[in-house]
Amino acid sequence: MRVAGDLQPTLFELGREGRGGGKIPHPPAGALDRIPAAAQRATPPGLPELSEPEVVRHYVNLSHLNYAVDTGFYPLGSCTMKFNPKLNEWAARLPGFAGLHPMAPDAVAQGTLELLFELEQMLAEISGMDAVTLQPAAGAHGELTGIMMIRAYHRSRGDTERQEVLVPDSSHGTNPATASMAGFRTITIPSAPDGGVDIDAFKAALGPQTAAIMITNPSTLGLFERRIGELLEATHEAGALAYMDGANLNAILGRFKPGEAGFDVMHINTHKTFSTPHGGGGPGAGPVGVKAHLVPYLPSPRVVRADDGGYRLEAPGERPESIGRMRSFVASSAVLVRAYAYIRAHGASGLREVSDDAVLAANYLKHRVGEAYEIPFDRPCKHEFVASGAKLKGETGIRTLDVAKRLIDKGFHPPTIYFPLTVEEGMLIEPTETESLETLDAFADALIEIAHEAHDDPQLVKDAPHSAPVRRLDEATAARQPNLRWRGMTGSQTPCPD
Amino acid sequence: MPYGPHTADDRARMLEAVGIPSVDALFEDIPEALRASPLRLDDPEPELNLAARLQRLAGRNRVDLASFLGAGAYRHWSPPTVDQMLLRGEWYTAYTPYQPEVSQGTLQSIYEYQSLLAELTAMDVVSASHYDGGAATAEAALMTCRATRRTRLLVSRGVHPHYRQTLRTYADGAGLDADDIPLVQDGPLAGTTDLEALERLLADPDRPVAGVVVAQPSILGLLEDMPEVGRLAHAAGALFVSVIEPVSLAVLAPPGEYAADIAAGEGQPLGIPLNFGGPYLGIVACTDALVRQIPGRLVGLTTDLDGQRAFVMTLRAREQDIRREKAASNICTNQALLALAASVYLATVGPHGLRDVAALGAARASELEAALAAVGAPRIHEAPYLNELVIRVPDARAVHARLLDRGVLAGIPTADLLPDEPSLADGLLVCATEVTTAEEIERFADALRDELRAGDTSASRTEPVAGGVR
Amino acid sequence: MVPAELRYTKDHEWIRVEGDEAVVGITQYAADQLGDIVFVELPDTGRSLEQHATFGVVESVKAVSDLFAPIAGEVTATNDELGGTPEVVNSDPYGAGWMLRVRLANPDEVDGLLDAAAYEQLTAGG
Repeated sequence: MRVAGDLQPTLFELGREGRGGGKIPHPPAGALDRIPAAAQRATPPGLPELSEPEVVRHYVNLSHLNYAVDTGFYPLGSCTMKFNPKLNEWAARLPGFAGLHPMAPDAVAQGTLELLFELEQMLAEISGMDAVTLQPAAGAHGELTGIMMIRAYHRSRGDTERQEVLVPDSSHGTNPATASMAGFRTITIPSAPDGGVDIDAFKAALGPQTAAIMITNPSTLGLFERRIGELLEATHEAGALAYMDGANLNAILGRFKPGEAGFDVMHINTHKTFSTPHGGGGPGAGPVGVKAHLVPYLPSPRVVRADDGGYRLEAPGERPESIGRMRSFVASSAVLVRAYAYIRAHGASGLREVSDDAVLAANYLKHRVGEAYEIPFDRPCKHEFVASGAKLKGETGIRTLDVAKRLIDKGFHPPTIYFPLTVEEGMLIEPTETESLETLDAFADALIEIAHEAHDDPQLVKDAPHSAPVRRLDEATAARQPNLRWRGMTGSQTPCPD
Repeated sequence: MPYGPHTADDRARMLEAVGIPSVDALFEDIPEALRASPLRLDDPEPELNLAARLQRLAGRNRVDLASFLGAGAYRHWSPPTVDQMLLRGEWYTAYTPYQPEVSQGTLQSIYEYQSLLAELTAMDVVSASHYDGGAATAEAALMTCRATRRTRLLVSRGVHPHYRQTLRTYADGAGLDADDIPLVQDGPLAGTTDLEALERLLADPDRPVAGVVVAQPSILGLLEDMPEVGRLAHAAGALFVSVIEPVSLAVLAPPGEYAADIAAGEGQPLGIPLNFGGPYLGIVACTDALVRQIPGRLVGLTTDLDGQRAFVMTLRAREQDIRREKAASNICTNQALLALAASVYLATVGPHGLRDVAALGAARASELEAALAAVGAPRIHEAPYLNELVIRVPDARAVHARLLDRGVLAGIPTADLLPDEPSLADGLLVCATEVTTAEEIERFADALRDELRAGDTSASRTEPVAGGVR
Repeated sequence: MVPAELRYTKDHEWIRVEGDEAVVGITQYAADQLGDIVFVELPDTGRSLEQHATFGVVESVKAVSDLFAPIAGEVTATNDELGGTPEVVNSDPYGAGWMLRVRLANPDEVDGLLDAAAYEQLTAGG
């Protein structure tokens, strides 16, 4: 069991008036005299006062309550929790990178601009696209960027009647949410029994009102869309554009280039395919690749070659058809430094091996897990696969949620559960390429053992986890009476009533 | 592959178990016609060589300059506690805390972040984080439209131009209108948001306003009359979005004290490196009344089955993975690690330290103002400022470029930052913080004196009469 | 077992006609499917609803569903108790968990709704 630290008091309970200090020189008296009283703060903020040793111990002890890739196997499907190379952490912290101001003149920023320019080229090659923007801060941000470019494209052709975006029912929730944010209506397309998109339903939904389709390939079930050529052809025949959600690009490096195959635009999650750390929920980065016909609409500014052979950022208004800015400044550059290092460390042969090993590991694990759970789609998977606990539930009453919680007791992070929604009692399992055969076997053994426990001692499974820092949580009360910030305690270990 | 564990024997065992001769069999479902052309990338680079390459690239950036550049991203002292905590793998190699039993560290740290920022902003609810200041401001603006069911936004030209442009992109996507509120052109309030114009813009009965967006301090460093902005917005039934800079809130009135409905801003100043633009920390905070409109994750306090205190993501039904096309936003990945950085920073410097950061920045800015005025580059504006100011420098772009050759990054020419403000054609926006030294200020002032003199000399050669006039 | 005296929709709302008004809520089946209900968003009184139009939202910990008006009419009252105790929709959906009172704009619409037997048949399959 890797997560078994003691619960920690909050910073607010630890604080004592008069602790801390010694970090910042005191300002001269009267430093704020020129600020009008009306603009000054009336009540000081109630921030805790702590000594440095307390701060350090607080955060180190809190960190012990987390499960992480650095502590163990984290097969969270669709999230690609692979190892995060330490060189990349070192590189991002080099003072030349970390200390560079985002509004610094181009002449001051040549190193980072060169790196970003090269990274754009490398990502264009990997994705088969003609150009790439590094601006988006995350995958969903990239989706929004891509769909807005598609809108700008249709508009520029006077094609303003296209109001719909087609999305398979197994898609990430970000796809329909993105379509809405960009002002489109979402049309949900059902899955066919083989896990792919239902082509007939898809073709029936396509029409002159369709702006785009959004396809995740391999899908969220870990399956390659075998009829992707047909899908893309029908899309383009209808005058719509094809958006590829690149969340699963890590499965097809060097095997399938979406741009070559006919997709018009795609985003790439650097925190999945290119191992930039997930950071407890973020940051990520969501570069977007496009084919030539969408280049005019890329967000500004882009990094371009300067006349003197160096690099520069585009000037405001340089590309008038651009959709504009998606964020402040240039990009999440420190994330991109890590992605750049990852791609260079692997090179062409290494990236292909990444996908080969991830896919081989997933198929091996599928084979092992299939000893005790149903595998709804009996065909080779890509980097992840879905197993179902429906039969186990029918036989024992043990739900997939219980299985997931019991995995915690066995020392593993649970897989993604109940996603995609199209599989009953589903577990989406993604081993990645950086887990050893011993780890894969140990995980499979644990899942099989839990299936036995479900028959022999169901209560043990229902009550899991037993060895985590906390037991299952009261999520209903958390939502009914939200307590979203500290306002002082009414008694030890008692949440305050608000 | 540099980070993979598999030996040839391991691979052979896996292939055998799956029952296939080679891994190629697992990719046969990719239609032949659509299979990739070979990847044209370099060969794998050994770590030693790659490290040297990265060092070389980093060395090409110039971070040795005496920098007075702010404009939305600020140099500050980040105590080593911040980065050393961030380097723990338990933090940065975990993911979104979907399984709360093994994520209490991340969950509690986010709850604490929400609480710290709630104290700082004097707002009720703080989201677990957004991408950056620009995206946070855009999301805040969209919130006002959802809450009021109106479709028009008013945005001060004193808001960072990148935030305004981002907001415009988002608004355009959602089919919303975003109109500018102009700045006062002259007089004692020059450079601040034109409140008379705001009142006029709010008065159009055919185009009711959802939200009024004003920054404190403004992009020009000026302090706005925020209570009055709030009064005008609310009188028109609009919501008030305050764009904040968090360090300043140690000394400036927080949005909760002047009845802002939403606060949005950039959290980078809270211990986060400049990093050429990111990853940064988008802050969005709101009143309790708007809690169901706020986008992004929220962490709440609850109990486990044993009654033990614990933390969990909550009010999840607003989010894209549950509500899909009806979600408050499409945001999924956020900036949790940067929120952690901000929390460790605030915990380390404490309330008094944070006040010292803000007040010392103001003191250094006063020194900077005096030193630059003494060499002939006075402030352009009269309105009060905190630690960032615009000085008048004829031919500012050229002077800025020549100062760079002398090792001084003299802020940013206002003509580059706000090209559509003709009154700012001859300005430099400069900034001081607690890390600005007296020596740097002296170096800047000396270099600027020389440049202005040289400018005078060259000007006097072409225009002998007017050249000496200042 | 669903109350025999109520009428139902295929979207799992129920109504009880009381004179020229009707009380509206969601069925036990719907509440069970959603799980622990944590929030109910209801319209302002005075609002006019079209039949089948969305009138609100019900949220559980991990799901969310729109609420559809079974009949047209003006909202005359909403159940304010649900703001503090949304869980009564789970525990007493046909009683304390009621949501709206509506003045019927078109009483004939009621005849088009499912009766208890038809609704039970609908949910037996699902």
